[in-house]
Amino acid sequence: MRLKILAHAAVVTGMLVMVGTAPSQSATLDDVRAAGELKCGINTGLAGFAHTDDQGNWTGFDVAYCRALAAAVLGDSSKIKFVHLTGKTRFPALQSGEIDVLSRNTTWTLSRDVDLGFTFIGVNYYDGQGFIGRKSLGVMSAKELSGASICIQTGTTTELNLADFARTNNIDYEPVPIETNAEARAAYEAERCDVYTTDASGLAATKATFEDADQHMVYPEIVSKEPLGPLVRQGDDQWADIARWVLNALIIAEELGVTQANVEEMAAGKTDNPEVNRMLGTEGSYGEMLGLDARWAVQAIAAEGNYAEIFDRYIGPDTKLGLGRGLNALYKDGGILYAPPFR
Amino acid sequence: MRVSRLWTDARARGLVFQVLLLLGLAFVIAVIVVNTTENLQRAGLASGYGFLFDTAAFDINQRLIEYDSTSSYGRAFVVGGLNTILVAVLGIIAATGIGFIAGVLRLSNNYLISRIVAVYVEFTRNVPLLLQIIFWWIIMLTLPRVRDSISIGETVFLNNRGIRIPSPVFENGSSIIFLAIAAGLIGTIIVARWARARQDATGQRFPVGWVGLTVVVGLPLAVYFLLGRPIGLEAPVRGTFNLKGGGNVTPELTALWLALSTYTGAFISEIVRAGILSVSKGQTEAAGALGFRPGLTMRLITLPQALRVIIPPLTSQYLNLTKNSSLAVAIGYQDLVSIGDTILNQSGQALEVISIYMIVYLSLSLITSAFMNWYNARIALVER
Repeated sequence: MRLKILAHAAVVTGMLVMVGTAPSQSATLDDVRAAGELKCGINTGLAGFAHTDDQGNWTGFDVAYCRALAAAVLGDSSKIKFVHLTGKTRFPALQSGEIDVLSRNTTWTLSRDVDLGFTFIGVNYYDGQGFIGRKSLGVMSAKELSGASICIQTGTTTELNLADFARTNNIDYEPVPIETNAEARAAYEAERCDVYTTDASGLAATKATFEDADQHMVYPEIVSKEPLGPLVRQGDDQWADIARWVLNALIIAEELGVTQANVEEMAAGKTDNPEVNRMLGTEGSYGEMLGLDARWAVQAIAAEGNYAEIFDRYIGPDTKLGLGRGLNALYKDGGILYAPPFR
Repeated sequence: MRVSRLWTDARARGLVFQVLLLLGLAFVIAVIVVNTTENLQRAGLASGYGFLFDTAAFDINQRLIEYDSTSSYGRAFVVGGLNTILVAVLGIIAATGIGFIAGVLRLSNNYLISRIVAVYVEFTRNVPLLLQIIFWWIIMLTLPRVRDSISIGETVFLNNRGIRIPSPVFENGSSIIFLAIAAGLIGTIIVARWARARQDATGQRFPVGWVGLTVVVGLPLAVYFLLGRPIGLEAPVRGTFNLKGGGNVTPELTALWLALSTYTGAFISEIVRAGILSVSKGQTEAAGALGFRPGLTMRLITLPQALRVIIPPLTSQYLNLTKNSSLAVAIGYQDLVSIGDTILNQSGQALEVISIYMIVYLSLSLITSAFMNWYNARIALVER
């Protein structure tokens, strides 16, 4: 009997030793290829950015990036394992290697980039925190809010931006931090608070759903910079380069007029535009430099289209969110979207 | 002693296996610990608790101690912990009161009363607590808006942003009033001792409760007026957006407190009922034969005996209530978890923050248990 227990103990010990061995820090690209799928961390559900369609597939602005990356690396935009992460679980999931890339409207900040050991590979949506309030308050600017109760949707950098803004402008306020958008909105609608603050992209969507939308106004102040973008673990430069250039390729594709519809045609032979040729692999060996197939960018663009197509399909003016391009327009269209050249 | 005894002699063999098992266990634990620390370090997940000294840079609406956005994360944690303790203590007091009253009423001979209590108990026990918290919160939000506040003489205001009460302003001489309260309390204790001694000796009873109340309330009141009212009240006034001044009890605190105390109260009432039913009917009958009225019988004969059955499960309910208070995060009451989540999100120190939650809740639970065990030992049946 006792011998049996001992034998069990020995087996258990052995297993623990094996389980305890850390994931090796080998190249993420090799791991992804070996696994045959890209493990992509996305939101648990956020209209426009990551949600299920009527067939139960995950789609959205953030999801589209995952699909483009999977297509570029594996040649198939469906070879993805989506890992749904909350604001709380997203960072440990990336640190521990549970996911290969995190594409979950995450603000690029110094401490996340440096202290938490991540590499932000770019910005796919420039957001900023704003305020919405009732017109009946008679307030025209967020700077006049001293004494007000302010509903905050927690879980981003919102509380900090608000505190900074209040300190700068000497505003005394009562914060009412609420975890989910639904309940925060309910509190605002019941006039538990005078104003509601969250990212401007969220405010536009929220205001659109109010029954008395014309009774509310979004104040002109944008109190923070919220560059949202995908990120990877620090320490694997090759993987970070791949992730970065897939995003850049989507933006440059818009700039050069390469779309989901015409990408195959343009990649069939050399076009008159050398940059298109370099990007689509008909000139130079840029895919090889990245450790990818020469057609990587073709596959990435074919997955969900270029940046403009993705934007318009999920969050653009014709969607429920109805967001304008604003800052997210290309630099030549008055925005700040500017990808380095393919050269 | 021959070495072969180690496996031929039953006792020695047993000892050898025990030692081996212990060594094996120690080895397993050591492997787990070493591996985990190593892996966490390799994954860059363990960076210690240094972040607690960093600036928190966010605001908290309910602060029992001094705090602003320039304070540290550590201090924010303390503020959150105190908010948790506040709602837990208030909840435990109210739940105990509700539970004992409901438990006794459930056994009432009045059919209507016992049925009403039964409906309350079954309803609250069987609906998820989170829903009840949100239910109470929505009720709070349907109170009048701040512009239409219900006010009692422009001093106390009730609206969907809370209950605003005047805050006391202490002037010269107010400390004497606190001395008077202390004197009243000490006096009551002395009277209670004397009354007990007299009852033991002569059997005559003395109304300690009423006398005590008169002394504790009356003495400070008399001093207050004699000194020319040294404690003033600063009433809230209507401001641009909100009422200004005074103290505010937020609707989140009220909703959480109501939900926790009615929910746990229902469980406690069942425990109380079980405790009362566990006392043999002969005790009640004997008390009746001695001329005790039903109220006195309950207070002096039945409840003290029932308490021995009630206290241990009551402790679990107190612990549950404290832990359940973490559901506060749903409605924005800034308790330990709500503030901790913000800190976690800002600092990214997930493991450290979660470990702090665990340590705090564990400590609170152990303290509660220790107190209840002490109380249980005190009221335990002394057999002679």
